[in-house]
Amino acid sequence: MRSGDALLDHLFRRAGFGASAADLQAVAGMSYNAAVDYFVDFDKQPDDVDTRIGLPDSVAITTRGQFSPNTNIEDARQRWLFRMVHTKRPLQEKMALFWHNHFGVGYNKVAGTVGGVLGTKMMATKGGELPGPQGHYELLRQGALGKFRDLLIEVAKDPAMLVFLDGRTNTKAKPQENFGREVMELFTWGLGHYTESDVYAAARVFSGWNLRNVPGAIANDPAAYQDFIYNAAQHDTTAKTFTFQINGGSNTIPARAMASGMQDGIDLLTSLANHPDTARRLAGKLWNYFVSDLDAPDPAFVDGVTNVYIQSDTAMRPVLRYILNSRWFTNPGNFNARYSWPAEFVIRTIKEIGWAGFSVDTARVPLTNMGQTLFEPPDVSGWDLGRTWFGTGAMLARMNFAAAIASNQKFNLARSFSATERAQPDRVLNGMLQRLTPAPYTTGEMNELLTYLTTGGAWTGNDAQMNAKAPGLARLVAGSGEYQFV
Amino acid sequence: MAKVSRREFIQDGVAAFTLSFAAPAFLTDIARAQGVVSRNLVVIYLAGGNDALSTLVPYTDPFYASRRPAIAVPAGTVLQIGSDSSGKPLGLHPRLTGLQTIFNQGRLAIVQRAGYQNSSRSHFQGTDIWGTGDPANPAGLGWLGRYLGSIPTTDPLAGWNTSGTTNRALMGLNVSVPSITDPRTYSFSSPNIGAEAINERNTAIRLASSAGPNRPHLAFVNTSAMDAFATLDRVASVVDYQPSAPYPNNGFGSALKTVAASMVRGIGTRVYWVQTGGFDTHSGQGNAGAGAYANLMGTVGDGILAFYNDLQNQGLLGNTLMLQFSEFGRRISENGSQGTDHGAAGVMMALGGPVRGGIYGTAANLNPTPDNPTLENAGGDVKYETDFRSVYASVLDGWLGTSSTAILGGNFREGAPAII
Repeated sequence: MRSGDALLDHLFRRAGFGASAADLQAVAGMSYNAAVDYFVDFDKQPDDVDTRIGLPDSVAITTRGQFSPNTNIEDARQRWLFRMVHTKRPLQEKMALFWHNHFGVGYNKVAGTVGGVLGTKMMATKGGELPGPQGHYELLRQGALGKFRDLLIEVAKDPAMLVFLDGRTNTKAKPQENFGREVMELFTWGLGHYTESDVYAAARVFSGWNLRNVPGAIANDPAAYQDFIYNAAQHDTTAKTFTFQINGGSNTIPARAMASGMQDGIDLLTSLANHPDTARRLAGKLWNYFVSDLDAPDPAFVDGVTNVYIQSDTAMRPVLRYILNSRWFTNPGNFNARYSWPAEFVIRTIKEIGWAGFSVDTARVPLTNMGQTLFEPPDVSGWDLGRTWFGTGAMLARMNFAAAIASNQKFNLARSFSATERAQPDRVLNGMLQRLTPAPYTTGEMNELLTYLTTGGAWTGNDAQMNAKAPGLARLVAGSGEYQFV
Repeated sequence: MAKVSRREFIQDGVAAFTLSFAAPAFLTDIARAQGVVSRNLVVIYLAGGNDALSTLVPYTDPFYASRRPAIAVPAGTVLQIGSDSSGKPLGLHPRLTGLQTIFNQGRLAIVQRAGYQNSSRSHFQGTDIWGTGDPANPAGLGWLGRYLGSIPTTDPLAGWNTSGTTNRALMGLNVSVPSITDPRTYSFSSPNIGAEAINERNTAIRLASSAGPNRPHLAFVNTSAMDAFATLDRVASVVDYQPSAPYPNNGFGSALKTVAASMVRGIGTRVYWVQTGGFDTHSGQGNAGAGAYANLMGTVGDGILAFYNDLQNQGLLGNTLMLQFSEFGRRISENGSQGTDHGAAGVMMALGGPVRGGIYGTAANLNPTPDNPTLENAGGDVKYETDFRSVYASVLDGWLGTSSTAILGGNFREGAPAII
């Protein structure tokens, strides 16, 4: 819903997933800079969102037997959607989604290799709830605004990544190029900064970065896990030469003893993470995520982000504080200047239309039809963003999800309008546009919406009319083009 | 009510419709009645970089077996289809019995070593290069998008993408190819019923048609909505299609069944996009012609054969050309994971009624000596022989009846395999 301050609304759409009344309450009375700090310093708010699962004032989840978000991928999806709706740390979930797109690990291949239970554990298990390491998404969530270099190294050792890009099979006799290539092409500085010989060298650097299997007592034992192991016997200890400098020194990672060979990978990852070209590439992606994907990144923005990134030793928290306070982010010309991702669209409709008695599970299949299945990016480069979210079928899925939730919330919506609002259709329309936050409509479009309210019988504002018109109007607004932008 | 300029449909003076709820008459039914032949192109993308050497196996090349000790398809199991023009015997993967059937009917053309100079080993850049046909500027419009933009139709269903993501090949100026993965879910719902639902739908259409020229991004989204409204009823008509041949129960089979249904119902679509994934086989390809790669081949071969048979039974095979590609081939030598990493040239196939079957091009010699002209990357990868754009040119000139030089921005006819 709207706060009355367009810049704050913009902050909620971009750094979060839109605002419910409770979200607005949390920042009431704050200056804009203080509100940015509220988002960025999210660790000052408790990470207690999971304790709200199952409470009557929360969005519902659907259980099939027992709710098992650590071992069942559908439940893991529900938990993430639930967190997006109710978190007190919206930027943490927003950055987790950003990193999920950046690192592009998908459940299907992981589960196809290790099975569904362990596959879900690798993708999404919450640290400490089951034996073994935390899942990939939890890693992204924990490292959301930490140092990128640390996140990159953790991701390189992450079991889901070691399965997804086959690092688990990387040995000195037969180096595996998959991770070595993508870490340069997609995770750090991008095409144009390396050659095929660098891909070969990178594959050898990560030889022996494998997995250790800790089996369970029974089949599909939730206690079973795999974790990272540096397999010294499988590490290629000879020197590796690149076409670029390693840690600002020579182009060669020296031959090392087997026992210390893991440092090869750390050296390469550190060099990549610290490089200004990596900062530039991340800056471009952050521009598209936070500022605009209608316009190309402003070079001054890229320079600014790169400087902060280098000065902060790759820490993302100062980078995000810089971005959200920047003249580019706060420029009203960039409000509603990004095509929303399906997850953003779905969560915003839930937050703005209402959730009493609505299950986030209802959103799972529609999200797939909109082109975004959580934990299942189409490939390691993540989703195709921007216009490509808006194929015909995907747009239809958005309109139909708007219809589904408006229908589900029919009576709550109708009852949320005061007698004063009900007295006149334009007041109902204005009230709806306080609850829902599309980009501004033209006068002609406002008239169309008003015409909708008054078509089919004289305006009375009585319960029967509101029960039909309020959800119809909510569906029209949430399904309109203006609502598809954030 | 604002009129949406590219929504009118005028084709061969046959029919015109403006946006309406009623299904427009099935356009090609009308067209057929007036003697207009409708030619279809079905593009089949094997996503991830298909291991061409496992699809079309040079089973007598000693280096094929020696460089792939774990994953080589045994010579005794390949499906023999003869030799190429250089006399090299070649066989199809043992799970491609469907393609062998079509080959034996003379309706499968296999183009070996298709690719381009300085092949990208990146999935994403490679896909964009194959999509645009422009290695120098792979961020531009796609070749199919440019084709669809060039034909005198503004029907939003002139192209039909059966995949959930839009490949660059389909991107065009003022062309948005609808992505319709499942016709059953391609319907419009409302929180209301009856007249109220119709009111709401009318308003939705008027809202979507109202974006002015100064809001291009909003107009793009609205165009998708308008395309949905304009195509709902026609798409709905394919839902109850009963094929004449059974399709495999997987995503690829379902997509091809939908394509066949659309053709049989005469929806009017000219270009279909079908893709199936899993080809990024860095590990666990399987061995002795079995395992994960064999399953991929089974999916492809069985699906295509079902589609081929269905079209043949429906009398539509002569109208249909299938064109298969992937973004690159894979390395010749296997890696330590019983897989193969990203390589260079690949294999293309064309299938259907208009196809002149056979094996086109010559196989690589897999001997990794530095002076081997059929390899690149120090003998690591297969070097291209046929420019993939010359195959596109054959399709554009010989099948779609347009000028390939205009669509591809250059003359690639030289060396084009005579597959049509």
